[in-house]
Amino acid sequence: MAFKKSAVPFSGTPEQEEKLKAVIAEHKDDPGALMPILQKAQDIYGYLPIEVQTMIADAMEIPLEKVYGVVTFYAQFSINPKGQYKISVCLGTACYVKGSGDIFNKLQERLGIGSGEITPDGKFSLDACRCIGACGLAPVLTVNDDVYGRLTVDDVDKILAKYN
Amino acid sequence: MVNIKINGRDYSVPEGSTILEAARTAGIKIPTLCYLKDINAIGACRICVVEVKGARSLVAACVYPVNEGMEVFTNTPKVIESRKTTLELIISNHKRECLSCKRSGTCELQQLCYEYGIDENMFSGENPAVEIDDSAAHMVRDNSKCILCRRCVAACGVTQGIGVIGANERGFATQIASPFDMGLADTACVSCGQCIIACPTGALTEKDDTQKVLDAIADPTKTVVVQPAPAVRASLGEAFGYPVGTNVEGKMIAALRRLGFDKVFDTNFSADLTIMEEAHEFLDRVQNGGKLPMITSCSPGWIRYCENYFPDFIPNLSTCKSPQQMFGAVVKTYYAQKLGKNPEDVVSVSIMPCTAKKYEINRKDQAAAGIPDVDITITTRELARLIEKEGIMFNELPDEEPDSPLGAGTGAAVIFGATGGVMEAALRTAVWKLTGENNDSPIDFKEVRGVEGIKEATYNVGGKEVKVAVASGLANAKALLKKIRAGEASYDFIEIMACPGGCVNGGGQIIQPASVKNFIDIRAERAKVLYDIDAAETFRRSHENPDIQALYKEFFGEPNSHKAHEVLHTSYEAQDLYR
Repeated sequence: MAFKKSAVPFSGTPEQEEKLKAVIAEHKDDPGALMPILQKAQDIYGYLPIEVQTMIADAMEIPLEKVYGVVTFYAQFSINPKGQYKISVCLGTACYVKGSGDIFNKLQERLGIGSGEITPDGKFSLDACRCIGACGLAPVLTVNDDVYGRLTVDDVDKILAKYN
Repeated sequence: MVNIKINGRDYSVPEGSTILEAARTAGIKIPTLCYLKDINAIGACRICVVEVKGARSLVAACVYPVNEGMEVFTNTPKVIESRKTTLELIISNHKRECLSCKRSGTCELQQLCYEYGIDENMFSGENPAVEIDDSAAHMVRDNSKCILCRRCVAACGVTQGIGVIGANERGFATQIASPFDMGLADTACVSCGQCIIACPTGALTEKDDTQKVLDAIADPTKTVVVQPAPAVRASLGEAFGYPVGTNVEGKMIAALRRLGFDKVFDTNFSADLTIMEEAHEFLDRVQNGGKLPMITSCSPGWIRYCENYFPDFIPNLSTCKSPQQMFGAVVKTYYAQKLGKNPEDVVSVSIMPCTAKKYEINRKDQAAAGIPDVDITITTRELARLIEKEGIMFNELPDEEPDSPLGAGTGAAVIFGATGGVMEAALRTAVWKLTGENNDSPIDFKEVRGVEGIKEATYNVGGKEVKVAVASGLANAKALLKKIRAGEASYDFIEIMACPGGCVNGGGQIIQPASVKNFIDIRAERAKVLYDIDAAETFRRSHENPDIQALYKEFFGEPNSHKAHEVLHTSYEAQDLYR
């Protein structure tokens, strides 16, 4: 099986761990405590790697799988951090019919990562997103706050080169 | 009782029962897939839907309670159409290799498709490739045959209280797997196989080692000896049409002989040997201030669970190897010597009701002669497959007896296969010893029998009070150990078996469909086979076994001797939860 551990090493600080412990202590006995704990844990760390999920599972005395199952069920949680350059490709209807799916595939191939993942050097992360309201420019992608529109598959390398 | 109508007929059924249970008492079978009594009532698969007069839509019979005056229809065209569509959707992304699937003929999905006349090509669509997880020593997960019923998840999380598998992702991408998709071998899985016997399809199967057995038998330079465990004889017959609870001991021995094993022995022999060592270890701990409570060590699933989750109880574990391993150790030392053979040329094979045995044979400190005590272990299911493959007509076999000198067992040995059996067998010998080797000392310790998850009893033995507890199913073991940890209970001697009901309900036994398990307690039916054998035996205490007496005389000297420790005892170590 392919172990879906984050490609970037975990770099949590003791301060973050203290905060997480306080959050768990606050919610531990509430019914349905896992959701608020996960949300706050993601606020603290920015994402939910195996190290953080294990801390939560141990403190709540529940199996790690129970935590992981909830994390992967909801789109709001990520098991990978965001990269220095966060690439989002719009797969909304207008962009999709204009070929954003091919652009997304090309990016996956060039970066060697899948949706929701990060390159091992921490430089790029890749996500699919819903309509960003720029349908006139379809197909569209964003890199952090830069917007690129009316793209073809051939533009992918040029865009990546700007950030390398 | 409440009065309801099912398919237009009046019935009086117990209050609080579900429609499924009520229909069953009326002799009507409603099909199910995801429902497993006591552990998985989630109403998810929609196969058990029925019409209820006045209800807005079809309801799931497995979770819908009956109430006074309810009118239920189990077989209307609307119901049938709904079940058919559900089945068509389920098999639309099912890997249909039914011709050669190990579960062909015992697959609950296949049976339903047959009953409802489902055309396998009704829907076609995206069919993503899934990775097969064969990382663990004992099993294979092929999610292309998974129907997401979550019965395995319930077996692992609820019955066993472990939870190393669950539903990851969502919607069409949902997969039952371990956290972060790590292979099962990297989790705290204890190899009990309860997930396999919960699976309705071929998604979960034991690792098949039958070819290794055939290869060993075909090798003329090897002497191949076999030991079937006590519980195997209480389930094997089910694969050949016998009802649950049929004793096929004699036919099992005959079948093993016809498969070509050079010697057909019996794990009953080493179960008696285990009692000799374990009862004396217990007496030694009691008399010399050793660590108490002493906890049994026959169940490798339990041993791994203890090492994973309760390492503080490792000093409480009996150092005795399991009967399988003791048997192998005796084969590779005493028996090889007796044959005048090099231990490498004697292949030791075991037939077990257990998948954790596949993990156990490769554990550390299980090699009395410097090579593994047991070379190959196969489950009851694999044995049934071998018998079929080799063209042996099981039902027509005569009853035969095992070979000497490692084939004889007492009544105390055969009950090892049921929860409480090891405890009772140990008490028989320990009490005999403590009461001055009194042959009139009690034989039946009925308080520790039965399928309840946790049993307790106190016996007055030679003026001393002995408090014992018996737990089966790891969720029950967890509850018991937590009480002891918290100082809320204390015992002298504890038996723990990983599987609920003990080995008779082991992860390697013949699989019974939910339609049987939901209505018959197969644990009790199979246990009865063993207690009936015990009751009919002349020798019912382990130390009365003449071949065991000879083994000590010729080889070990006495129980817990230095030599016995070298060959028959082992060691344990704490394990990391997530490696």
